[in-house]
Amino acid sequence: MVGVLSFYRTTIGKKVIMAITGGIWVLYVMLHMFGNLKFFQGAEAIDGWAHFLRTFGQEVVGYEGVLWLVRIVLVVSLVLHVWMAWQLSRLSWASRPVKYSRRRWLAADFSGRTMRWGGVFIAVFLVIHIGQLTTGALLNGFQEGEVYRNLILLFSNNLIAAFYILMMIVLALHLNHGIWSLFHSLGWNTYPSKSLKHRLCQLVAIAVPLGFALVPISIVLMGVMNV
Amino acid sequence: MNLTLNVWRQPNANAPGRFVTYPVNDISPDMSFLEMLDIVNEGIVHQGEDPIAFDSDCREGICGICGIVINGIPHGGKASTTCQLYMRHFREGETLTLEPFRARPFPVLKDLIVDRTALDRIMSAGGFISASVGSAPDGNDMLVPKNNAEAAMNYAVCIGCGACAAACPNGSAMLFTGAKVAHMAELPQGQPERYQRVVAMLSEHDELGFGSCTNHGECSAVCPAHIPMSAIARINRELTQAALRGYSSATA
Repeated sequence: MVGVLSFYRTTIGKKVIMAITGGIWVLYVMLHMFGNLKFFQGAEAIDGWAHFLRTFGQEVVGYEGVLWLVRIVLVVSLVLHVWMAWQLSRLSWASRPVKYSRRRWLAADFSGRTMRWGGVFIAVFLVIHIGQLTTGALLNGFQEGEVYRNLILLFSNNLIAAFYILMMIVLALHLNHGIWSLFHSLGWNTYPSKSLKHRLCQLVAIAVPLGFALVPISIVLMGVMNV
Repeated sequence: MNLTLNVWRQPNANAPGRFVTYPVNDISPDMSFLEMLDIVNEGIVHQGEDPIAFDSDCREGICGICGIVINGIPHGGKASTTCQLYMRHFREGETLTLEPFRARPFPVLKDLIVDRTALDRIMSAGGFISASVGSAPDGNDMLVPKNNAEAAMNYAVCIGCGACAAACPNGSAMLFTGAKVAHMAELPQGQPERYQRVVAMLSEHDELGFGSCTNHGECSAVCPAHIPMSAIARINRELTQAALRGYSSATA
């Protein structure tokens, strides 16, 4: 236990916590995206998926039991992820009191350099997203359990659809650095950046937000074509 | 060649610094970067002023003492030491901004010279193998598998110049510390102190005020010894294993 506590105090220990909690969220968004694709099978499929998530394992843990377990794990992971990011960022800012007058990047790409801002944007998006499509507090006419209807209702507003699509680009950037980086932090070398494992991680980073974005994109297109 | 130098001048550790511009004329493209600075300094001394202070020793890329941030890149971006840069690497008429390595654990002593004792402190914390020093041991007394020997050499080539920490956007010396830890973790002689070592060296690294790694790879891109990023994956793994085995900074 002493080992674990002192491990947490090191910069690498904090990185490992960020990697594990980030990894939990990566698994979650992959599952979430898979569920969202049921939108294209129609109202019954996606509403049924939402119902399934609530009734799954209810004999043992009750209605929405599994869902709440997952939510608790996610919230704890998110809090730890943000907390560690904040601590490590502060250490990094303190480590160079006098900045360079000019800076040229040789290896760090755009997505790596925007991790901290990306995290802030994603956090804000999460609040809005949960308000609109989970609790419905931010969506007029929200109906509990009618996922298909709620999605059409929300994304018939082109501005909101554009906001969601933009946020998926932000998510893709965050994951583009985050997924391979989490493996590196856990000790599995993911360099050189042209290697297959590095590229596979980046493929997931683009595929998941793209899958999410397909829903608002198609609803906007349906609106444009008056289907 | 004719160039303009924009050089960080700081009389001592406690005085504020500022950039001073020097025009440089009639430089041969075959001069090394430090020879060019020698010529500039001759001119400055001729005018009765204080020459630009910079570190240099072997001037053949081995000792690791030289180190200047040139146009925002430690060692100038040719993945060599500063002394192995030649003026032909630059363009006619270019303006070069010269700054010292910047990190909180590397205080500026004068102009372009920084104090890199911090790296020695990391080494003193555990970057060694304790051995009884009796008579010289027999050769091949302890066999080292070829793969381990080669991997260890890839990390052992670190010359401790500190460019990794200077290049890191987080001011982290993780590439240096990782190379030292990985080097000794590969060898049979390094095994007895393997887990104490990583905990002790990393704790010292953190205490000195170096930042944490975000896996950008800027360090490896400027490293004159071409230490790969796998050194950082390795120290991450070594520390995690040490923690799982119950090692902590208290036991190290």
